[in-house]
Amino acid sequence: MPLRLLRFALNGKHSEPRMFRNHDTLKSSYDAVIIGAGGHGLAAAYYLARDHGMTNVAVLEKGYIGGGNTGRNTTIIRSNYLTPEGVEFYDASIKLWEDLGQDFDLNLFYSKRGHFTLAHTDSAMRTMRWRAEVNKHMGVESEVVGTKDIQDACPQLDMTCAGHAPILGALYHAPGAIARHDAVAWGYGRGADQRGVEIHQRTEVLNIDVKGGRVQGLTTNRGYISTPKILCAVAGSTPRVTNMVGLRTPIIIHPLQAMVTEPIKPWLNTILVSGSLHVYVSQSDRGELVMGASLDPYEVQSTRSTLDFAEGLSAHMLDMFPFLSNVKINRQWAGMADMTPDFAPIMGKTPVEGFYLDAGWGTWGFKATPISGKTMSYTLANDRDHDLIKSFRLSRFAEYELTGEKGAASVGH
Amino acid sequence: MKLMNCPINGPRPLQEFFYWGECRDMPNPDTCTDGEWVDYVFHRNGAPGVKKEWWYHMASGVWFIAVRDTQADEVKETYLYGAGPHHE
Repeated sequence: MPLRLLRFALNGKHSEPRMFRNHDTLKSSYDAVIIGAGGHGLAAAYYLARDHGMTNVAVLEKGYIGGGNTGRNTTIIRSNYLTPEGVEFYDASIKLWEDLGQDFDLNLFYSKRGHFTLAHTDSAMRTMRWRAEVNKHMGVESEVVGTKDIQDACPQLDMTCAGHAPILGALYHAPGAIARHDAVAWGYGRGADQRGVEIHQRTEVLNIDVKGGRVQGLTTNRGYISTPKILCAVAGSTPRVTNMVGLRTPIIIHPLQAMVTEPIKPWLNTILVSGSLHVYVSQSDRGELVMGASLDPYEVQSTRSTLDFAEGLSAHMLDMFPFLSNVKINRQWAGMADMTPDFAPIMGKTPVEGFYLDAGWGTWGFKATPISGKTMSYTLANDRDHDLIKSFRLSRFAEYELTGEKGAASVGH
Repeated sequence: MKLMNCPINGPRPLQEFFYWGECRDMPNPDTCTDGEWVDYVFHRNGAPGVKKEWWYHMASGVWFIAVRDTQADEVKETYLYGAGPHHE
């Protein structure tokens, strides 16, 4: 044990600065309460305090900060979406990502790797061309590339995928990046805390008080809080919270699993995604291969893992990289993905006055952390949906105006 | 390996089954309101609970009902439509 650590253990005093304060009690009222201290909730708190001067804000978290899908995703950041609305939104997020580390004065290990979405079929190639054209039109760097470019970028890749899924081409997206997801939650949390926001961990919301169609406050396991504005940013727990205010949504919860290998020497420079093989993979700065696949095939509201998943994903990884056959899996885990029918989020105002939703983040939420915080803080402060999120409003379903992003999901879920 | 009990074929590996969502009653499109139709088409009950769901055994083409705790991921019972203990 390092001596420094032993000294802390003996005198019980941390000499390292803490990322945020602990508060023994909740205040009786706040100007706004954010449910969920994941990246999205903390980002909204941060921008509420920094850009809109709202600092009498509490962020309530049932567990610990960043312990939900913020800490469970595979950290891929990209904006090569399919709809112009989606591309515009995620591209605004990338622009925030690029100097977020400076903004926080914290190393987020933001690493631009380039992102290949491999196409193994003619129809996949068509979707890649479609996405490339939409992206270019919106000023986002995306292009369809051939097999040589892919092989040059990743010589270790078996271009035939064990002979049964030959790669025909790919959508290449140069801005594709990865980041250290925990640090994103800490950075937003620290920044919000420094500006006066209170973060309350292990504080569970039990009930929301709505009278005359307006939010009045909420009951937690630590007492009642009155507040005129509540932002719900709880991913896989969204239906439980929307039930508290009597709101119907299309959200259903499926587990999304991921896993990492033991650390190995750096060899994979890019981010690779295969829709047909249900694989997305990058190599972390620690050398682990970070891998994900498609959703579990049926509804479950827990974070259990399955052997099926590890077996299936490993088999597909070996189709792409046969030389990994002796590499061990280090860990696997799951998150609860709040899926929507059109693979776009549900953001903004709701029919309940003062109740705002930042939900439906399914399998695509991490990359949107900065822009969702930015747009939701604007929406909360002004009680008006930000322009960038209008296509993501809850009422789009009743209006049959869906924002179809399924073709841009990393793998065919 | 996780097993599920097919009402016709008995316990089979879960991979042989296909999930088709919670059983829901379709409102009469001729008489229901637009709101009721939207609710039927899009809205779902995403909160955890013991739910009655449609499942399909792919190998034998059997559609049936499973009663499942969606938080514990535990199948309580399976039965053919109309043959259940609670009758449809």
